[in-house]
Amino acid sequence: MSSDVAIRAEGLGKKYLIGHETESYTALRDVVSRRARRFGRSVIDMARGRPNVAGDHVEEFWALDHVDFEIARGDVVGIIGRNGAGKSTLLKVLSRITEPSSGRLEIRGRVASLLEVGTGFHPELTGRENIYLNGAILGMSRGEIKRKFDDIVAFAEVDRFLDTPVKRYSSGMYVRLAFSVAAHLEPEILVVDEVLAVGDAEFQKKCLGKMGEVAGQGRTVLFVSHNMGAVRQLCTRGILLAKGKVIADTDADSAIALYSSTVQEAYGISFEARPDKPSITAIRIDEVALRHGSLHVEIDFTAPGPLEIPIGGLVLRSVSGEAVWGSNGRFHQRSGGDGVATGTLICEARDLPIARGQYLVSVWLGDWYEDHDGRLDVLSIQFGDDRVDPLRPPASVIGHVEWPATWSDAQRGPTSKEDNAFTPSA
Amino acid sequence: MTASPTTGQSERLLIIAPGRSERNYWLDLWAYRELLAILAWRDLAVRYKQTFIGVAWSVVRPLLTLVIFTILFSRVAKLPSVGTTPYPVMVLAGLLPWTLFSSILNEAANSLITNANLIGKVYFPRLIIPTATTAVAFVDFLIAFVILLALMLWFGFAPDWRIALLPAFVLLGILTALGPALIMTTMNVKYRDFRYVLPFVMQFGLYVSPVGFSSAVIPDAWRLLYSFNPVVGVIDGFRWCVLGGQAPFYWQSFTIAIVETIVFLWIGVRYFRSAERTFADLI
Repeated sequence: MSSDVAIRAEGLGKKYLIGHETESYTALRDVVSRRARRFGRSVIDMARGRPNVAGDHVEEFWALDHVDFEIARGDVVGIIGRNGAGKSTLLKVLSRITEPSSGRLEIRGRVASLLEVGTGFHPELTGRENIYLNGAILGMSRGEIKRKFDDIVAFAEVDRFLDTPVKRYSSGMYVRLAFSVAAHLEPEILVVDEVLAVGDAEFQKKCLGKMGEVAGQGRTVLFVSHNMGAVRQLCTRGILLAKGKVIADTDADSAIALYSSTVQEAYGISFEARPDKPSITAIRIDEVALRHGSLHVEIDFTAPGPLEIPIGGLVLRSVSGEAVWGSNGRFHQRSGGDGVATGTLICEARDLPIARGQYLVSVWLGDWYEDHDGRLDVLSIQFGDDRVDPLRPPASVIGHVEWPATWSDAQRGPTSKEDNAFTPSA
Repeated sequence: MTASPTTGQSERLLIIAPGRSERNYWLDLWAYRELLAILAWRDLAVRYKQTFIGVAWSVVRPLLTLVIFTILFSRVAKLPSVGTTPYPVMVLAGLLPWTLFSSILNEAANSLITNANLIGKVYFPRLIIPTATTAVAFVDFLIAFVILLALMLWFGFAPDWRIALLPAFVLLGILTALGPALIMTTMNVKYRDFRYVLPFVMQFGLYVSPVGFSSAVIPDAWRLLYSFNPVVGVIDGFRWCVLGGQAPFYWQSFTIAIVETIVFLWIGVRYFRSAERTFADLI
């Protein structure tokens, strides 16, 4: 392995066991016999020292499947793909959190991974104490933290609250402090999961700047994001994953383009409900309304208990990743549906002033206080008709807002020929 | 590929493959010693954050148990103390190592579950987590030890040179707890029901071990069997150190405790290590 290769993966695989429930409960007798069978299996598993898996029959699932790649020192690589493509599993294997089931991975240099902002932050401890705690968890030595302490505090802009327990911080302050500690890591290889999705826009920009700086110093960075704009801005290379396999390993722009094209146009999708929390079970988008420039989205949800005030959220993103338009029931008009455990939320927006083209739809479900479920970029839709207007520049050039304007000549006045009254007489 | 694992560079080459995490483990553990210290410090800081309650709790708990045990075993059951030792001093000298043992076992057994968020998000040798919890138990022990000294002063009871050997028995107590704790914490991750087992075992253990009474009350015929509880050796040794020769030194229970500690530690570390690499997937 030549010394300018930072990471090399060969046939990397990660297998999980997932359990399925095969039968539905019909009679008490079935339930009892099924419980007995399950109990028998857990005892056998336990005796063999294998982990227990819930469900009636167990299936292998390869979250990563023969993944090969090589990353040179100083590469800034964006790892993209849809939810469940294996991105997070790959990062977990790279950060040694979990061991691969097959294959081999060679890493040259110190790895720091940032899979979550503020890992290990303790609410009872003060900002100062949490900087030391979090720094140590991320792999910094005490001396290193001491040296960078002032920079971390300055970057986070929390100097007045250093000796306040972080449980009293606003969520913005919390995220700023947490990111700031991570931003001052100086590993040879930095592994970052979708962490920029938090914090306010101003701070996100600052973080992107900081990450760009890190990348500029010749460090190797692996970056997972759904934000294609950020990937494009930061990364020189893109690896596209789908179903645990590497689909493309090329420059960032081509990978993004390929990703956008693999996100198939679809107007409906359904999901398995989770038993433990409110979840989105289906999303449907009215295709006909879309053609006419309006949006009609139905979100089915089900929850373990009634949702006091069910709130739906929706964001349209361009294929290059910028958010174009969004709405949720907290700030837009909302009516009905309170106190139900299962229902359908309908989002209706007439004559959206956005440009024709392809958009990615993300959907959230929550109640008044927090979000419970979110599906990022789950559907790719065509907004407006797909007629090609040869005179119109692409949205990446002129933007996504569509609002008619009129053009006229200063000599002639606006639009009308008869409107001579305002023109100076010759 | 030319295989040259270490080409003399300052950077080390890390190879990750199934079953490979065995290597470098102990080296890694050393490299992460600062994290061990900081996690121990965190547990302590959080515990004593509301200082009054924190310290008061570690004073009140042993004192109450002491009073109840003295009344129960000395007054009601009329069990003898050892030599001329006041009964409360003898009880506390047994209660201290027992509490050290049981709180390490309790804290460590749940430690992986309470730190699940760390395990899912960062790498470090997982052995650090249960080990760090011993710090809180140890500080609680020190506080209780001050109470013991105060009690001895109150009864005008002076220890002799043997007390100098006490640190060795404290260490033995910690290590005795650590082996079973590693087994329990691993079990807890794999099979969540195990957390219901431990409180029961500990409650049982409190009465089986010579905490409220001297192990001298055990009939000779049963002594060998009784000594198979490793805590017996720890408590006996502890009393021997503290009570200035009033309590005899039992070679039998001491030897058994040492052998069992080593065996349990060995099994515990091995079992923990074998399951460690899948913790992140299970937790």
